[in-house]
Amino acid sequence: MIGRRVVITGIGVQAPGGDGVKEFWSLLSEGRTATRPISLFDASPFRSRVAAEVDFDAEAHGLTPREIRRMDRATRLAVVAAREAVADSGLDFAGLDPARTGVAVGSAVGCTMGLEEEYRVVSDDGRDWLVDHSYAVPHLYRHFVPSSMAAEVAWQVGAEGPVSVISTGCTSGLDSVGYARELIAEGSADVLVAGATDAPISPITVACFDAIKATTPRNDDAAHASRPFDNTRNGFVLGEGSAMFVLEELESARRRGATVYAELAGFASRCNAFHMTGLRPDGREMAEAIGAALAEARVDPGDLDYVNAHGSGTRQNDRHETAAFKRSLGEHARRVPVSSIKSMIGHSLGAIGSLEIAACALAMRHDVIPPTANLHEPDPECDLDYVPLTARERRTDTVLTVGSGFGGFQSAMVLTRPGARAAA
Amino acid sequence: MTRIWVTGLGVTAPNGLGTDDYWAATLAGRSGLGRITRFDPARYPAQLAGEVPGFDARRHLPGRLIPQTDHMTRLALVAADWALAEAGLAGGGPYGEYEMGVVTAASSGGFEFGQRELQNLWSKGGRHVSAYQSFAWFYAVNTGQISIRNGMRGPSGVVVADQAGGLDALAQARRQIRRGARVIVSGGVDGSLCPWGWAAQLSTGALSTGDDPATAYLPFDRRAAGYVPGEGGAVLVLEDAESAARRDAPVRYGEVAGYGATFDPPPGSGREPGLRRAIEIALADAGTAAAGIDVVFADAAGLAGPDRAEAAALAAVFGPGGVPVTVPKTMTGRLYSGGAPLDVAAALLALRDGLIPPTVNVVPDPALGLDLVTGVPRPAPLKTALVLARGHGGFNSALVVRAAG
Amino acid sequence: MGDHEELTLPDLRRILREAAGVNEGTDLDGEILDLDFEDLGYDSLALLETGARIEREYGVRLEDDAITSARTPRALLTVVNLTFTDIDAA
Repeated sequence: MIGRRVVITGIGVQAPGGDGVKEFWSLLSEGRTATRPISLFDASPFRSRVAAEVDFDAEAHGLTPREIRRMDRATRLAVVAAREAVADSGLDFAGLDPARTGVAVGSAVGCTMGLEEEYRVVSDDGRDWLVDHSYAVPHLYRHFVPSSMAAEVAWQVGAEGPVSVISTGCTSGLDSVGYARELIAEGSADVLVAGATDAPISPITVACFDAIKATTPRNDDAAHASRPFDNTRNGFVLGEGSAMFVLEELESARRRGATVYAELAGFASRCNAFHMTGLRPDGREMAEAIGAALAEARVDPGDLDYVNAHGSGTRQNDRHETAAFKRSLGEHARRVPVSSIKSMIGHSLGAIGSLEIAACALAMRHDVIPPTANLHEPDPECDLDYVPLTARERRTDTVLTVGSGFGGFQSAMVLTRPGARAAA
Repeated sequence: MTRIWVTGLGVTAPNGLGTDDYWAATLAGRSGLGRITRFDPARYPAQLAGEVPGFDARRHLPGRLIPQTDHMTRLALVAADWALAEAGLAGGGPYGEYEMGVVTAASSGGFEFGQRELQNLWSKGGRHVSAYQSFAWFYAVNTGQISIRNGMRGPSGVVVADQAGGLDALAQARRQIRRGARVIVSGGVDGSLCPWGWAAQLSTGALSTGDDPATAYLPFDRRAAGYVPGEGGAVLVLEDAESAARRDAPVRYGEVAGYGATFDPPPGSGREPGLRRAIEIALADAGTAAAGIDVVFADAAGLAGPDRAEAAALAAVFGPGGVPVTVPKTMTGRLYSGGAPLDVAAALLALRDGLIPPTVNVVPDPALGLDLVTGVPRPAPLKTALVLARGHGGFNSALVVRAAG
Repeated sequence: MGDHEELTLPDLRRILREAAGVNEGTDLDGEILDLDFEDLGYDSLALLETGARIEREYGVRLEDDAITSARTPRALLTVVNLTFTDIDAA
């Protein structure tokens, strides 16, 4: 069904543990972790007090005081990541037809940090139900409806085609890129700046995950707190960040001699229609999404060189996902390397899907598979090859990355190296 | 190319709960705007809104859903129930679970729920935050809850924007059907009528501060001075036309025939906004010339500048007064992500009945050169309608619906 | 809170109602002590919310999985009331 073939030609990243793509890849390929005690606010009253934070200096990245004022932290991260992606692509954006250039930004919780800050002001720290609007900043509406995130990116890159924010919880970063891919494939645009961002490390988000005990209480060992697939795991570590991409049509990318990181060869999303936060242990819907994405990419499970797992480090997720891999990949599930970079950079909600796509593209670029950090003693029910502790060199042409989110969303994307195999 | 029909509608609007009530009120020119009752608006400069009347969630939804949902999600769940019932798909019909999905639009999520939990957090502490906060307020909540309630496991999604997002969601639903799904429940139901949401909406300065519901929201009128927000919207069942015909779907409102979306040039560029281009893309996508459009449901910002820009775009495409234009949202207010889906519902009902619903209270500014349908419904042979929506910051979307023939 | 040394079944019914609502067809006022929470329509999220309300109302701290591992109202009452005993003993 998909028409034109779509490739990644530029990557930009703002992630915990480093500034930009290069430092992101160093962290991942060296198996280092960026989780630490929360410093963005006083987290002492909360159950889970660890997070993976970005040491982010918007001013140093050239954002003006005015831009910084009107943008939420998540928007700033996205804008800086988008600039890096644009520069990396080598594409002359000034020479593009703005009408054929679009933007798709994924985000699970939008401008939640800016909203909470403003809420505290207008409500006098929660004292007033009838908040005093006269204290509100003039740009409050931009936080209220976070389509502003895509608007800011569009202004940066000069896009005047389709511009959207996609918000499907923790699959937002896969779904926004999947959406962007469809826009190019169907011919609605030629170039998309797409990806995702979230900056959820604020009291309300920490409190709401505390309430359902989804985040880890391993506060005394923050550097090793994110432990996907490990038997001692007890919840995920909240993260933040953004990854943005330049996507274009394969032939035009080739014509201009662009560096092609990967082709977005297959994408599918499904819903579990089961529970807003719960997962069925059999992994059925994720398996269905994986199967559909593989079919669209015309890739057999046996062709996969690497699987980037959702691997959040909650007991329920890691078992659900392991079951989904076995169900969809059959015997190959036991052979293919599977890893979770959330062990190193935490779980940045809607952003993580795009950060994981970036990790996959870089794994293909370097023929190195990033490890699952902190995995010393696997849960007996998680019995696949999770690439524990150290990265692995391996020819990596064909990759699957998956995500799972509140709301029941399950998404899967297949990336291939164009030219690595006979064109389908 | 796969054709897509609308085979069911569910409406929760300020001037009518349910499609029939809404449509009867709209044809009769009955407005649902009034002084806010959900909270005391006395301290705020704007005090009018369109609230959905007579909605008792407990009559429609299981008790277990009430503590975990915001008001707008309850409205959305009920609208989805009605749309699927009308489509004859309440139990799923002949389709497999992976052939049915949900794509909704959202603007600000369950904001009232969120305000309550922010208040709990900051006035009492983190341990007072609800276990449901993690999803009750977030943008994906309506899609998730509708998919769970109806066992729909196919491709799903959520588009975030204010007014334009409602059309973007319908376009994404169409895309998913073209990619292989059979049914996508789509549209948008929205509302943030709580003090915190009100403060956010006031921050743009675009809300009407009038206190008379009959004169507060007057798009395309010389007296235009802002808009009145509302809550509600519409859920539409989009279905692969061939499959719908095969199962002999009981209702065929029309076809989603064309769509276009653009983004304005950066503020201050002095260049033409993107609305005209969105219209042209949608018409081309629908394979129709401007002359093929029988009626336009306008975005109608209710502010002089944006109203002029919209009128100019319409004049550029259709010629001055070249097409009947109407704004039934003068009776509901602007419903954010619910507004455009409700306009699409109105457009489909107009096609069905051969009646253009009126714009109320407005005395059209002659300088705008619009053929605005005011006062009473205008009978007309209608085959094709264009719905326009714009979102804060420069978003433009256009959707063409055509009678199922 | 010394005047709340025991969580009773009527207390639990009230808290369940407030925390998680009741489905039609569920008779929360009937003989529910030994029914599975699942059969009463309550999932782990409902129990987490119920547990949080008990903690706030009675000023106790429950172990992470104390509430969600209770399968029935009787088991939940037992685990909560044991916590009260611990407080009294301390």
